[in-house]
Amino acid sequence: MSDWEGVRLHVVTGKGGTGKTTVAAALALALAEGGRKVLLVEVEERQGLAQLFDVPPLPYSERKLAVARGGGDVFGLAVDAREATYEYLEMYYHLGRAGRALDRMGVVEFATTVAPGMRDVLLTGKTYEATRRRRPDQSFVYDAVVLDAPPTGRIVRFLGVNTAVTSLARVGPVNRHAVAIMDLITSPRTAVHIVTVLEEMPVQEAADTVAALEKAKIPVGAVVVNQIRRPHLGVRDLAAARRGRLDRFAVAAGLRIAGLADSDALVDQLLTEAKAHADRVTLEKQERAAVAVLDRPTYELPRLADGIDLAALYELGTELSAQGAA
Amino acid sequence: MSPGRHSRLDLDRLTREERIRIVVCCGAGGVGKTTTAAAVALRAAEHGRRVVVLTIDPARRLAQSMGLTELDNTPRRVGDVDTSGGGHLDAMMLDMKRTFDEVVESHTTRAKARQILANPFYQALSSSFAGTQEYMAMEKLGQLHARHEWDLIVVDTPPSRSALDFLDAPERLGSFLDGRLIRLLGVPARAGGRAYLKFFQAGIGAVTNVFTKVLGGELLRDVQTFVAALDTMFGGFRERAEATYALLKRPETAFLVVAIPEPDALREASYFVERLEAEAMPLAGLVLNRVHGDGPTGLSEDQARAAAERLEGRREHRLAMSLLRLHAERLQLAARDARRRARFTAAHPDVPVAQVPALPVDVHDLDGLREIGRKLAPRA
Repeated sequence: MSDWEGVRLHVVTGKGGTGKTTVAAALALALAEGGRKVLLVEVEERQGLAQLFDVPPLPYSERKLAVARGGGDVFGLAVDAREATYEYLEMYYHLGRAGRALDRMGVVEFATTVAPGMRDVLLTGKTYEATRRRRPDQSFVYDAVVLDAPPTGRIVRFLGVNTAVTSLARVGPVNRHAVAIMDLITSPRTAVHIVTVLEEMPVQEAADTVAALEKAKIPVGAVVVNQIRRPHLGVRDLAAARRGRLDRFAVAAGLRIAGLADSDALVDQLLTEAKAHADRVTLEKQERAAVAVLDRPTYELPRLADGIDLAALYELGTELSAQGAA
Repeated sequence: MSPGRHSRLDLDRLTREERIRIVVCCGAGGVGKTTTAAAVALRAAEHGRRVVVLTIDPARRLAQSMGLTELDNTPRRVGDVDTSGGGHLDAMMLDMKRTFDEVVESHTTRAKARQILANPFYQALSSSFAGTQEYMAMEKLGQLHARHEWDLIVVDTPPSRSALDFLDAPERLGSFLDGRLIRLLGVPARAGGRAYLKFFQAGIGAVTNVFTKVLGGELLRDVQTFVAALDTMFGGFRERAEATYALLKRPETAFLVVAIPEPDALREASYFVERLEAEAMPLAGLVLNRVHGDGPTGLSEDQARAAAERLEGRREHRLAMSLLRLHAERLQLAARDARRRARFTAAHPDVPVAQVPALPVDVHDLDGLREIGRKLAPRA
C-alpha cells in the first residue's frame, strides 16, 4: 500500500550531492511497477536522466527510458526552456510563427535566461501540462509524474514562482495560467519529497525546506535518507573505538590468525579507521534523530559502493516500494 | 593515494603570492565551495595578509563560526584569528537585494531611486531575477576591490544551475538591461521613436502585440514605468559587469575550481576548466573535497576481504574481522575516487589538483577550517 495514494505529481529535491536524480529515477521505476505509466521530468538541462539510464541525450520529447518490474513504463523528458517557450506561446496563444519571430528580437532569450522567474514559470508549466494531460477517453496519459527538481536551495522559489507571477500579473492570461499551476502544486495531488544524507548540512537544509514549503502551503512528502552505510561494529565496540580503547592485542591476534602480518602500523591504521567510523556513526545517529523530528514518512536507501547503474536503480526502486513509497 | 604524474596544487604558493589579489571558488552545488573559500581566506590571513571573504549562502554554523550572525552586506572582522603575522580576516554574506538597491541608489537621484525601488517589477527583478545573485556577487566583488582595504579578496560563488552561470549571468543581465529588448518594452511609454528603432520597425508591432496579449495591459505598464525610470541608468550596468569581468581575467585573479569525486561534480568542473582556458582566465587548479584515502597499510582490498573471510564465524576475532571489512570498504571507495580523479586529470593533465580527505564530521569552527587549509598546502 503506497503512502501516496492520490498523488499525481511527485517532486524530488535535496541538497546538491545527495543523489536526488537517482532517487527520482528509482521512485519513477517504483511507481511504474505492475503496469503503470510514469513520466520522469528533468528541468536543469544537465541531461542527468540520459546519463543515469545510459541512453543518448534526450530531445524535447517524451522517450521511453525503462520498463519497470511486472510491466509498466518510465518515460523521460528533458525540458528545454527555449522549446517550452515556443510550445507555450503556441498552446495558449496560438502564436506559431509569431513565436519564432520573437526569437529575433531577443524575446526568447529574455524569457529563458534573464526574465524574473520566467524560466521557472515555463518549466513548472510544462510539468503541469504533462501531469494533467488526458487521452480522448479522459483518462490520464501518465499515472504519475516525477519531477527531478532544482536543489533545496532553490526549490521553494521554483515551485512558488507562479505565486510571484500572480502578484505581478493580477489579471489576464498569465495570471490565469499561474493560478492553475499553483492550484496543482498546493493541492494534495502534489508531494515534495526531500532527499538527504546523514550529514549535518543536508539534514539542516532538509529541515529548512520542510518549514519553507509548509509556509508556502506546498505539501511536503517524504524524507528519503540516501547513501546509508552499514555499521560494521557492535554498540560496545563503537563506544570503545570512539574513546580509542579498542583491544589492540585482540586485533593483532586476529590479523595473525587471518594470515596477515600484525605490524603496529597496520593495527594503528585499522584503529584510526575504526575511530573515524565510530565518529561518523555517532554523527549519523544525531542526524537520524533530526530527521525523525521532521515527522515525515522516511525511507532509507543504502549506499552502493560501486556507484549507480541501471541495476542499482531497480534495486533502489524495489527498496522504495517495499518501504511504502509506491 | 598516489600523486600520479599530474601537478599538485599548493595553496600556500597561491595565497602568499602578493601578486594574487582575488581568489574565486567555483563549482557545482554541494561540493564545499563556501568551506573551501573560508579555509583559504583564514589560512591567508594567518599568514599575514589582510583578507576579506565574500560568502553567498553559508551553512548556519559555518557562518556563526566566522561571527556572521546577520546578513548585513558589510564585511565584519572575524575573531579568534591568529593576527601575529600582521594579517586579519573580514567576512561578509552577500545580500543580493540590498546590493542591487545600492547600485540603483548610487546611479540616480534620490527621488528616482525611490520610484524604482517601489516598482513591483523591480522588486521581482532584484529578488528573483535568474542571474541577479551572480550579477550582485560580481558587483560586490568590484566594490570590495575598489576599496583597496584588503590584500586578498576570496569569493564564494552562488549555487547556480550551472557553475558557468557565474561567468555568464552578469553579462546576460547587463546586456538585457542595456539591450534593445528592454528599450522595445519601453517604447510605448515614450513619445516618438528613436532612430535605431526604425531598424526594427517591422518587428515592433508584432512584438508589442504579443506583449500585450501575453502580459496583459497592467503588467506591461509596470514594466514600461520601470524601464522609463531606469532609462538614466542604462550603460552603467553593462559597463560595471564588463569591468568586473575584465578584472577576473587579470593575472592578479586566481580561480579555484571546487569538486568532489562524483561524476556530476567533476563534469561541472571540467566545463568550468574548459571555459576558463578558452577565455584565457587564470585557473589556479582543482580542489577535490571529500576524497576517501586508502591509508598506508600496504593491504589491498582483496587481501583485506580475504583475511576477513578467514575470520568469519570465529567469535573471538569478530573485532579484527569487522575492522578488516571496514578497511576493505574504505579501499573500495578510495579506488573509486582515484578512478574518477584519474579520468579528470587525463582530460586536463595540466590542471594542478589538491585534495581534501573525507572528514568523519562536518566542519563548523575555525579549527576545522585551519585543518582544511593545512590539507590544501601539503608542504607546510
